[in-house]
Amino acid sequence: MTTKEYESYYVPSQSHWPIVGAIALFLIAVGAANYVSTLNSEESRGGYFLLAGICLVVYMLYGWFSNVINESMAGKYSHQMDNSFRQGMSWFIFSEVMFFAAFFGALFYARTLSVPWLGGAGNNEMTGAVLWPEFTAAWPLLKTPGGTETTQMGWYGLPLINTILLLTSSITAHFAHSALEKNNRKGIKIWLGLTILLGVTFLFFQVQEYAHGYSEEMKLYMTSGIYGSTFYLLTGFHGMHVTLGTIMLIVVFLRVLKGHFTSTNAFAFEAASWYWHFVDVVWVMLFVFVYIL
Amino acid sequence: MTTENITTEQSDHDSHDEHHDHKMTGIKRWLYTTNHKDIGTLYLWFSFIMLLTGGALAMVIRAELFQPGLQIVEPDFFNQLTTVHGLIMVFGAIMPAFTGFANWMLPMMIGAPDMALPRMNNWSFWILPFAFAILLSSFFMESGAPNFGWTFYAPLSTTYSNGSTAFFVFAVHIMGISSIMGAINIVVTIMNLRAPGMTYMKMPLFVWTFFITAYLLIAVMPVLAGVVTMLLTDTYFGTSFFDAAGGGDPVMFQHIFWFFGHPEVYIMILPAFGIVSTIIPAFSRKKLFGYASMVYATSSIALLSFIVWAHHMFTTGMPLFGELFFMYCTMLIAVPTGVKVFNWVATMWRGSLTFETPMLFSIAFVILFTIGGFSGLMLAMTPVDFQYHDTYFVVAHFHYVLVTGSLFSIYAGAYYWLPKWTGHMYSESLSKWHFWCSLISVNLLFFPMHFLGLAGMPRRIPDYALQFADFNKWVSIGGFAFGLSQLIFLAVVIKCIRGGAKAEAKPWDGAEGLEWTVASPAPYHTFSTPPKID
Repeated sequence: MTTKEYESYYVPSQSHWPIVGAIALFLIAVGAANYVSTLNSEESRGGYFLLAGICLVVYMLYGWFSNVINESMAGKYSHQMDNSFRQGMSWFIFSEVMFFAAFFGALFYARTLSVPWLGGAGNNEMTGAVLWPEFTAAWPLLKTPGGTETTQMGWYGLPLINTILLLTSSITAHFAHSALEKNNRKGIKIWLGLTILLGVTFLFFQVQEYAHGYSEEMKLYMTSGIYGSTFYLLTGFHGMHVTLGTIMLIVVFLRVLKGHFTSTNAFAFEAASWYWHFVDVVWVMLFVFVYIL
Repeated sequence: MTTENITTEQSDHDSHDEHHDHKMTGIKRWLYTTNHKDIGTLYLWFSFIMLLTGGALAMVIRAELFQPGLQIVEPDFFNQLTTVHGLIMVFGAIMPAFTGFANWMLPMMIGAPDMALPRMNNWSFWILPFAFAILLSSFFMESGAPNFGWTFYAPLSTTYSNGSTAFFVFAVHIMGISSIMGAINIVVTIMNLRAPGMTYMKMPLFVWTFFITAYLLIAVMPVLAGVVTMLLTDTYFGTSFFDAAGGGDPVMFQHIFWFFGHPEVYIMILPAFGIVSTIIPAFSRKKLFGYASMVYATSSIALLSFIVWAHHMFTTGMPLFGELFFMYCTMLIAVPTGVKVFNWVATMWRGSLTFETPMLFSIAFVILFTIGGFSGLMLAMTPVDFQYHDTYFVVAHFHYVLVTGSLFSIYAGAYYWLPKWTGHMYSESLSKWHFWCSLISVNLLFFPMHFLGLAGMPRRIPDYALQFADFNKWVSIGGFAFGLSQLIFLAVVIKCIRGGAKAEAKPWDGAEGLEWTVASPAPYHTFSTPPKID
């Protein structure tokens, strides 16, 4: 590394976007907290706060990113700045991995420890005999110790189709990136467009799957014991991340249409595609541990 | 080692800024700032305000415990006090104070123009006051503030919670977002913005400890976000993560919480190690003994912190293998920690020591933190912990490591760098008053708690058996004295900002590091062109 590389590190001037973002998060938190705590009462509160917060966050993201994109297009960013962004994004994805790790941890703990213990495994014979003598441990837990019954979401059908969709979309995202490196603008648009389409289709099918789960036929609810809890929270948070990834890809797509990105200057493009691969990997884990095994 | 061959190729006053705005004045300067020094100042003031807030809650707790019986507060409100006191001190006082140090010092220590992502830096700070506004506002709600302890164990925080759980959860989410962004900024700054020639093993130890701490934060704050989310859905959406009737397990809460919680306690002590490792060599006029071993010890402590979490849960009826595994892993931590204490003492050995206030706080840190470490070893022994669990012995233990450990190191660091921050020397006599008052009162406050705990006084109770009355009286007196002593610090700082003897660029003759090569007070922009380090 030479000294020259260090000379042009861009330190932005003052920005009002962070404080707008802070107010937005405050509105979201206050709104969501009010909304959630009055969920089951007649007068629901906080909805408007929540909505205002979300709108403000969208406005903030739009303004902040426009700001950054303009600076980038104006050539203010050095190679070193690009590195900062890349490393920042990598560690952000790592933090997301750890977020999912908490929920996978809960799933594994329930499957290998708490459910068998409730059935009397280990030194917990008395737990089984005294608390819920009728209960037999099994995974998926279709009948809880409390007696709630549900059915299992199979891995074939929609989940399998969704797996294929997401895996394919990871490949198309890769092709889009290859096209960028070869400066094949048409190729980028086609492959990126296809990736977005696959992502949206995935989300559509997931909504279908949820509707199926919540139907009278399946009775698989979030309240159906630990199986329903882990199922909906893991797939739900994954779905939220797919939504976020799709939005990122759409933004990148719009920027491609405007002629942004070159083979050497494409941080946002690559960040979005890393994120996309990340949600793909999480899905594979989900498919194996939530659906199949 | 670290900074012995530093040559600065530039003048001290490197504040030309052709491409940034000039310093704004008024409120906008602070709201819109992207300057690491401004943001560091904001973090430090915020954490001090939180320290006084959390301290005020502790004063009420100690007033209630001054004598047996219920005098001042209702038991439920007492629980709210202990809960919010803990949350504020951990997330509002100690952690932001260290982030403040990181912001102020890291770029100057590694020769960087600013933090790597300055706008995000501003966002990391400004969401914090909002988070604590939400948390504190729950005191004024019908339901009252969270009352389940700062560890918010299920089912206290789910089935039996009062109505404020959602506010608590979202406040914690914002604190977590703040910490993660702050940590990402620290990691990227250190990896990417070091001056040419500053290899990893030439970084000051201060930088190393913050580097490792930031990794811990990125790894565990999302887990905290996960566990509070499960808590939220269990409480309001009918999921069964922590409900045995649905196949979940309340003990699972503790596992996930402490998977976050144990690295979290190292997040609050590793930066303290960094500060003390900077100050002790400066006032011993010697190099830090065993720099490389300090780096490895810090890394080992960080790695071990991920496999010891269940030592907080020895009484939950884990399988015997679990108890043994977590006991031995926990004891293993004593080895790298011992390396550190040894190195600090060896650094002082045959040094030409002087006892300015930063050094006094650092020496007190070494001794008193070691006491906290030893009581930690006692708690690590499973069969013994059955006796100590949830007694005042535990309270004594973690207050020794967090107050005489983390907080003392923060004071040491504040005194050490105040001349650099303000351009004035602080009042040595007044600060010595702060030190001695704090030192005596803090020991009066926390040392008898060991005996109370060994005698069986449980923690988190507003009333106690009569035989504990004498010790509790002295503890409360120590508490009030310690609380008042902190106002001396406020006086020192305000006095130092407003005036005092002019500080030289390097006011401590034994000090080392790039931060002393720039003027005092440090110019608004430093190292716009990086220095060269051979």
